[in-house]
Amino acid sequence: MESNGLAHEVGDMCLEATDLWFAYEEGPSVLKGISLEIKVGDFVALIGQNGSGKTTLAKHFNGLLRPSRGRVLLYGEDNREHPVAHLARTVGYVFQNPDHQIFSATTREEIAFGPRNIGLEESEVQQRTEQALEYFDLTAYADHQPAILGFGLRRKVSIAAVYAMRTDVLILDEPTAGLDWKSTHELMQRIVALHRTGHTIILITHDMRLVAEYAPRCLVLRDGNILADDDTREIFRQADLLRETHIELPQICRLARRLEPFNPGRNILTVAEFLEGYGNLAERMR
Amino acid sequence: MSVAIVVDRLSYSYPSPVPGRDATWVLQEVSLSVEEGEFVSIMGPTGVGKTTLCLALNGIVPQSTGGRIKGEVHIYGLNTKLQPVADLAQLVGIVFQDAETQLFNMSVEAEIAFGLESLGKPAEEIAERVDWAMALVGMSGFKDRSPFQLSGGQKQRVAIASILAMTPKILVLDEPTANLDPLGKAEVFSVVRELRQKRGMTIIMIEHESEHIVEFSDRVIVLNNGRVELEGRPASIFSQVDHMRKIGLDVPQVSEMAHRHNQKYQTHFAFTQLDETYQALVSRLDGK
Repeated sequence: MESNGLAHEVGDMCLEATDLWFAYEEGPSVLKGISLEIKVGDFVALIGQNGSGKTTLAKHFNGLLRPSRGRVLLYGEDNREHPVAHLARTVGYVFQNPDHQIFSATTREEIAFGPRNIGLEESEVQQRTEQALEYFDLTAYADHQPAILGFGLRRKVSIAAVYAMRTDVLILDEPTAGLDWKSTHELMQRIVALHRTGHTIILITHDMRLVAEYAPRCLVLRDGNILADDDTREIFRQADLLRETHIELPQICRLARRLEPFNPGRNILTVAEFLEGYGNLAERMR
Repeated sequence: MSVAIVVDRLSYSYPSPVPGRDATWVLQEVSLSVEEGEFVSIMGPTGVGKTTLCLALNGIVPQSTGGRIKGEVHIYGLNTKLQPVADLAQLVGIVFQDAETQLFNMSVEAEIAFGLESLGKPAEEIAERVDWAMALVGMSGFKDRSPFQLSGGQKQRVAIASILAMTPKILVLDEPTANLDPLGKAEVFSVVRELRQKRGMTIIMIEHESEHIVEFSDRVIVLNNGRVELEGRPASIFSQVDHMRKIGLDVPQVSEMAHRHNQKYQTHFAFTQLDETYQALVSRLDGK
């Protein structure tokens, strides 16, 4: 995993929001005094219903939106002091709607744009572009016009384009919506590999299976506030919180909850944990 | 029972993006038939031609798209290559995944009435059908609201109502909840549940989420590389975990759990639903 050479150590402060308020034009406040800390190397899920403020919050992290009140620090520097183009070198953002991102004549050019734009050498740009095409199964579409590809493919192009930049921080807004199982898991393996090399990952998603599998920490948003900020395992234990925010646990977690009287002790998040916890079910016959 | 849909060795390729070079076949000799009143789900990896197949059901493929086509599609005996798309639209209604791109009228009522008006139906009949369709999707009382002020789930329900108002015999749902949050998904799936239980409508649903497929479907058709690769009842499809994973598709977590347990302990569990799994396990765990 060739990174840009991360400028910061895992565990250092990465993003820090203090009493962050935001409203679009004259509209009501979408963010209402949000404070949070994200450290270098964190893998955080932002969850909550549409309209709860997840995307609005994330867009403050790379300066696409500027706070009405309060501030966001990126590596200790106020985001307002830097133009978006500068912040984009550090914070990559995969939009929820791939069409907000895609504009090039070919898929290859689309992916090469970001790396070229942050001033990498041409040989490096090409190497990363070809690798991203391969990693995301897009080589066959390299010369196609990305805007007219199917939705799932457009989604993959938009992810590959940001991936190729290898920014320190990567924000993924619903990256797997409309992707099949294989594409979803291949994508997540790439993200996990980046995370292992010290990249900070912020994942916005409605897919609680992804959250359970990959994100150790969860921020639950509702109505512009952070309702909870804790370990995913802890968040998934809070039935009232989940009901209030219309979050449905993955099927295996729901099964484990119903089997709670027999629960082998820990709050199960994944199929692997379930199997490990219960052992051989056949031996438990009457 | 009569046969609603017959697809007979259908092959299709879109017009080539490169002049002078033929595009690859998106569908290759796809054959299937659907009985009236059946609920059939279609699964398949991204870009496999699921949407293309749906568009072939109401003649948009190939009548509007061009390209090369072999084989035939019959809807209640009508050949979709020969019938005008406007006529087929009254037999086959398609709801696409992004509702907001389909909505453009000033009120929910106008949105749902639009298709009927363009068919030149009398005002009284339009009003009646609009009321009926809105009730069916649980949106009565939203008549005068602007579609643009609705939530994602509500927009998608309006999109479904606008199709239902045309009283098609066959409803095609192309990933109807792909862009919705959990609350919106639940709203739309409760409409689907309602349609399935009360109307006896023929429904084709393209869907990724295996848990919902298990709940609704009489039959599942799995497309891969432009062909029908698997076909059967949900329980039979989702017991083939390795095959589904190889194609790149999802299975319910309880099916995956059963499969991995079977591999490790040489057992013969086969689960597709939460309740059934719970019942089976609780009786075993109780004895301990």
